Amino acid sequence: MTAEQVFWKIAFYLFVVLVVVVSVFPFYYALVTSFATGSALFEIHYWPVSFNLSNYINAFSRSFPRSILNSLFIATTTVVFALFLAVTASYALARVRFRGRGLLLMTILGVSMFPQIAVLAGLYELVRFLGLYNSPFAMILSYTIFTLPFTVWVLTTFMRELPIEIEEAAIVDGASPWVIITQVFLPLLWPALVTTGLLAFIGAWNEFLFALTFTISEDQRTTPVAIALLSGASVQEIPWGPIMAASVVVTVPIVVLVLIFQRKIVAGLTAGGVKG
Amino acid sequence: MTSPSLGRAAEQGLSLQQQRARAAFWFLAPMLAALFCVAAWPLLRTIYFSLTNTSLDDLYGGHFVWFYNYFHTQTLASGTVQYRGALVDPSWWNAVYNTVRFSVVSVIFETIFGMAVALMLNANFKGRGIVRAAILVPWAIPTIVSAKMWAWMLNDQYGIINDIMLNLHLIDQKIAWASSPGTAMISVLMVDIWKTTPFMALLILAGLQTVPQDIYEAAKIDGVHPVKVFWKITLPLIRPALMVAVIFRMLDALRIFDLVYVLTPNSTATKTMSVISRENMIDFAKFAYGATQSTMLFAILAIFVSLYIWLGKVNLTGEGNR
Repeated sequence: MTAEQVFWKIAFYLFVVLVVVVSVFPFYYALVTSFATGSALFEIHYWPVSFNLSNYINAFSRSFPRSILNSLFIATTTVVFALFLAVTASYALARVRFRGRGLLLMTILGVSMFPQIAVLAGLYELVRFLGLYNSPFAMILSYTIFTLPFTVWVLTTFMRELPIEIEEAAIVDGASPWVIITQVFLPLLWPALVTTGLLAFIGAWNEFLFALTFTISEDQRTTPVAIALLSGASVQEIPWGPIMAASVVVTVPIVVLVLIFQRKIVAGLTAGGVKG
Repeated sequence: MTSPSLGRAAEQGLSLQQQRARAAFWFLAPMLAALFCVAAWPLLRTIYFSLTNTSLDDLYGGHFVWFYNYFHTQTLASGTVQYRGALVDPSWWNAVYNTVRFSVVSVIFETIFGMAVALMLNANFKGRGIVRAAILVPWAIPTIVSAKMWAWMLNDQYGIINDIMLNLHLIDQKIAWASSPGTAMISVLMVDIWKTTPFMALLILAGLQTVPQDIYEAAKIDGVHPVKVFWKITLPLIRPALMVAVIFRMLDALRIFDLVYVLTPNSTATKTMSVISRENMIDFAKFAYGATQSTMLFAILAIFVSLYIWLGKVNLTGEGNR
């Protein structure tokens, strides 16, 4: 190896290390902070100095556990509902030729990229009208605006990849479209459903605008709203320790899921995005 | 093969196609109904509300006032005529300026950094899997949580960022990153770029992996400089993927709400279109005025997307391929 090659190799690995450190450091620092209490919280430590769970106990003594349950219920229900509607819809969009299919796909993509603020006033009225204000169902209803188009879009791109021969064989055997979906495609689509569902779940778990607007009481908040509005005894006093503890609690499951399903998530994120 | 059997097959084929089209309609109907309820109807109602004088406390007590919320004139007792309404509201145009500045700067940086990270991940090296896992972490962390984590790291008194920068002699006194008007936008940009570069990198990486390896090998044999390979081969080939990634990001950036709301609350230096619309609609109870601003945000985005797709000739649906 020449000196120049060695130099570029070192530079490359330095860049790799820099990217990893920058990516992971904020989470690491939140973890370190969450275990520090008292005056240790307000001294800067690059390495963990104490292992104190009092911030976690503090966070959980509030209505935070209830927020976690709210978020779990809302995200799960929204995703199941969206997947249920999306499976049949994406079959029609991926497999059946009909007039206006391209336009319909564009509309669905458009809705998924909607500025959510544009529907906020109308949704607020709808939520009030249906008597769902300050209940989890307000979020379940409103999250459909981004989970449904997203799941339809990703499942459509997955469904296009399935070999046509399978479907032709089923048609020759006299299978109706409903039988083709439930008996033939669904078993093949499980991996795609898990990926899409997981991505939609993360979206619903992280949503803030609707959850902030459609809840008023502390026990109806979802976790992002609870963390954003976590306050101390006085207005000036921000409880950084409990905030970091709560942040770690909601982030760890998501990060673990993402790392387990890494490959599938990358496939799901880029499906449709790079068809161009 | 006799002609009658062929004729029957064709007849069956036609009816099969019809049967499938009918099934497709019923498969699509529930999804379309759901989307109508949560997207189309609320959007129409928002536009309607923007033409009324509805207040938050009495949603059905408003009257139709045409474009009063957008623009109207007011004659003072002294006789001077004043222009009022969202279209001449300086705080709205400040929000537009903030949003556009934020979107353009963040997307440029995310594209450059994303490209660098994607090129790195596209190279073959030991530990690539770990690196790819690591860069997914910022993307996976909920936005509110990243906003809080960074708010803590950027804290003026106890923040680690000030400590690092003081030690490296990059700054000579502690900076109140998120709360001082001069640096608030920089803070928001920093967090957003940190959080979204991985997404950009993954989209670009997917584009990079579609480029056939033999092109690179041919260029290598011909002794083409790597920088020239990037500009002349890689970039033109991934341009479609890049165009799509940029528009996805741009749309996301133009509607930003949560990060700004949590990291720099009530700062006029960062208040975006989404933040100011919600503030008027809910916090100030000027429901119709907030609806007016969100309608204008929607219009701006719609014009932007149409221009982008039209000028960039972007094929988003992948329909043309089949």
